[in-house]
Amino acid sequence: MTSPALRRLAAIIVKEGLQIVRDPSSILIGFILPVFLTLLSGYATNLDLDHLRVGIVLEDSSPEAQDLAASFLASKYFDPRVGHDRREFAADLVSGKVRGLVVIPQTFSRDLARADKSVPFQVIADGSEPNTAQFLQNYAQGVWLSWMAVRAEGKGAEFRQPANLLPRTWFNQELVSLNSLMPGGMAINLTLIGALLTALVVAREWERGTMEAMLATPVSPVEMLIGKLVPYFLLGMAAMFICLGITIALFGVPFRGSIPALVAVSSVFLLSALGLGLFISSVARNQFVASQAAILSAFLPAYFLSGYVFEPSGMPWPIELLSRAIAARYYVSCLKTLFLAGDAWALLLPNMGGMALIAAVLLGLTLKNTARTVA
Amino acid sequence: MDADAGMAGQETAALVTARGLAMRFAPSGAPALDAIDADIRPGLVTGLVGPDGAGKTTLIRLMAGLLLRSAGELRVLGLDPGPQSRALHERIGYMPQKFGLYEDLSVGENLRLYAEVRGLPPAERAATFERLLHFTGLADFTSRLAGRLSGGMKQKLGLACAMIKRPELLLLDEPSVGVDPISRRELWRMVRELAGQGIGVVWSTSYLDEAEACDEVLLLSGGRLLFSGRPGELTGRVRGRVLQVRGLDGPPQGGSPGSEPDESGGELGGESGGESGGGRKRGVLRRALGLPGVIDGVIQGRHVRLVLGQGAQAPDLAAMRAGHGAELVPVPPRFEDAFLDILGGGPGGVSPLAARMQNKPPNANSVVEARQLTKRFGDFTAAQDIDFAIRQGEIFGLLGPNGAGKSTTFKMMCGLLKPTAGEALVDGLVLGKSRGAARERIGYMAQKFSLYGTLSVRQNLDFFSGVYGLEGAARKSAVEGMIETFALAPYLSASADELPLGFKQRLALACAVMHEPPVLFLDEPTSGVDPITRREFWTHINGMVERGVTVMVTTHFMDEAEYCDRIALVYRGRVIALGSPDALKDGVRTPAVADPTLEDAFVELVQRDDAARAKAESPSASLPGGKGRAA
Repeated sequence: MTSPALRRLAAIIVKEGLQIVRDPSSILIGFILPVFLTLLSGYATNLDLDHLRVGIVLEDSSPEAQDLAASFLASKYFDPRVGHDRREFAADLVSGKVRGLVVIPQTFSRDLARADKSVPFQVIADGSEPNTAQFLQNYAQGVWLSWMAVRAEGKGAEFRQPANLLPRTWFNQELVSLNSLMPGGMAINLTLIGALLTALVVAREWERGTMEAMLATPVSPVEMLIGKLVPYFLLGMAAMFICLGITIALFGVPFRGSIPALVAVSSVFLLSALGLGLFISSVARNQFVASQAAILSAFLPAYFLSGYVFEPSGMPWPIELLSRAIAARYYVSCLKTLFLAGDAWALLLPNMGGMALIAAVLLGLTLKNTARTVA
Repeated sequence: MDADAGMAGQETAALVTARGLAMRFAPSGAPALDAIDADIRPGLVTGLVGPDGAGKTTLIRLMAGLLLRSAGELRVLGLDPGPQSRALHERIGYMPQKFGLYEDLSVGENLRLYAEVRGLPPAERAATFERLLHFTGLADFTSRLAGRLSGGMKQKLGLACAMIKRPELLLLDEPSVGVDPISRRELWRMVRELAGQGIGVVWSTSYLDEAEACDEVLLLSGGRLLFSGRPGELTGRVRGRVLQVRGLDGPPQGGSPGSEPDESGGELGGESGGESGGGRKRGVLRRALGLPGVIDGVIQGRHVRLVLGQGAQAPDLAAMRAGHGAELVPVPPRFEDAFLDILGGGPGGVSPLAARMQNKPPNANSVVEARQLTKRFGDFTAAQDIDFAIRQGEIFGLLGPNGAGKSTTFKMMCGLLKPTAGEALVDGLVLGKSRGAARERIGYMAQKFSLYGTLSVRQNLDFFSGVYGLEGAARKSAVEGMIETFALAPYLSASADELPLGFKQRLALACAVMHEPPVLFLDEPTSGVDPITRREFWTHINGMVERGVTVMVTTHFMDEAEYCDRIALVYRGRVIALGSPDALKDGVRTPAVADPTLEDAFVELVQRDDAARAKAESPSASLPGGKGRAA
């Protein structure tokens, strides 16, 4: 024999489930939005650049200069256009059609022949995009060094570098920025999805007068809250797996953790994200205001303060402190660990604690706001 | 436990007792309810009657434990509804406004949800559903989504959900809003049956005619209880003081035409040939309301209804220039007459607005015309072949249930909606082709007043004067004129939202008529408004009509329809009847219903249309004349 409270809870879960199935916006947020956001974050937020458009100015036409230019042409990082005067590229540089110039000066072959002299060649980068400029300089340096090495080998001589640095990177060996960005992006996306899913549902009940009808039945606010959480939790979990699938299958990001650990971490996180939505919804009582508030209060702080791109540890202390109240910060850290390192419970557990605390506060506030009275 | 034992002991113990009950939403503001003493008994329908803002919803929510009272005593089923709301909710049924239905769930799913949350034992479910579906007539619609039901069906489903586990007390908040008269009658029949089973029913309404159908009435106005008791007791107070002036279509009174000592100056046609037909009743009402002893008056079709003050003599027919053949006939009082009596009578009959207007130049042609107006949304026809022509100085009503197509028609007439076929003309101009020019001739007052709530009264006036193209000195004088006419000076800097309802109505009318349009379109102008404000509003409209203004009004209010010279009854997208209120009533007169009301006429005409349609649709009825009725 089931208790009346359980039967009421089951009835509300069934009701919410039916509403989800029939409401196109829930399907949109739960299934389409994760696909869209993951594709967006995969294709648009890549910090690695290739096919940089540059101009190569061959002021020297010696075979050596031609050979160096050919190395640039062969590199996958550059998409060069060759000219003989830097003035040809001036206008393109201003309009951003090329990101920089590699100038091989007239003195190039002469200086190259003299072993004691360093060989100057110029790299002009467009500083209006500092990140790109930095890449350009580094990549150009790389092309130059490997050209020198190949040339030295061809001469049978040993090419000497001033010092021999052997960098080793752990966890993301190829230093592919996507591998660390996409797990973070997944956290941001699920923050938005979780909050949007629930932000509308309580406000909708107030708008349509059904909340008032429910409040006058024996249903308690806790039953109402759990009844709403369960179906949206499942929907959020489905959205999480959609994000995971695309991230692994389409973008080739490695996943070194285990699915149970991911589900455990995501469960705690979803409670906080859904809790935020429910809290907004219980305060706003109006769908339009609720959706605006969800985007502003979920997405923006998660984007800036979660450590997805910008490390909180590098922020001024008041902002760093603020970032600790953002559930996405803990989730970003967990996801990066799970994707790149594995089930490092020593790192996951404290983060789960942080998220659980935030979820408890948000759900508690929601419960307080879903009082048994209408005013 | 003690309370329950007490209840069982005495059958007639009140379900609800309130003593000195008060509710304030803001500590400093005016109370929403004050000093309410009331008893609600089982087995009776208790009406909670009053205009919008009277405190009906607040009182119902207090009884349902959804609000916590500020002061006084309140016991519901022996419980304190605040702290003991859980226990209370096990035993009451509550239907909020908008019926509390999940529109994306089907009829059956709504019933199942409410059955579960109200704790109906599974064993009783099948029998209860069958009984309720039969009771509400929804048995054929269990799989239809609640959002796709008509207003009347939603209301019945809402009622079924509220009473799914037989409550001891059933609280219904404005169950008849947006519901056509036929569904309303069916709902009353159902509620009567429930009361007969011993359930206490509370029914809140702003329709005063519903008060007469209740066993007991709590009459609220401005948060105060004006009357509590049987409705007959209240109407009994004005018995013998309610008269109808009939026979107003006789030849005009002797005497000297044009010598009328009226403060409003001449009236259209008044000087030349005297008032006739529709015009006379408005003049008679205006003059009657100026006579001593007359405290209230309204137009009822071709008659004028008057209420006299306590101990007043019958008014002089000659003084109201009622014409030869006019007579005073005592009629049974209505609840509204008694309400006006309690409030100390209605406003006078003279419109300062009409007094400052010029007579409109006479126009022999139709001023407003609909020609074969049709509007389709996808494969749904919202309005089909709507045809009518409104003469100058006529009040023309579009009457019909929600969703019948009257708003669609109205919007096409205003140029707010482009017809799929046909034309709408104002002053001979086709809306849509010469929209700007045609619109300048229209004054438009939308539902719920369409004011800018956060702008002040003066800003609203300035804004609307600009919208209607008034400039410079004309604009200034129009705004000042409106402020003076409607006594808005004390409220100029108040925002429109803060205005008392009566002033809101005045401001909305001021904004619509500031540019002195020859045509006035009113969309549900006075629904939910208190009767005094409604009378003041119609005094202005009547005054303007006497100046030659033409009025088209939509309404689902039968009282309001009585002010109209002619009515088009819109149903399922078509005009199913067109004529004066009296002609419509005459059309349904039978020996059984010797004196039909306009609502009787409405119900009968709609049912005839349904029957004709059913006959036309059934294969056996391809007989000639089968569809003749609709035409």
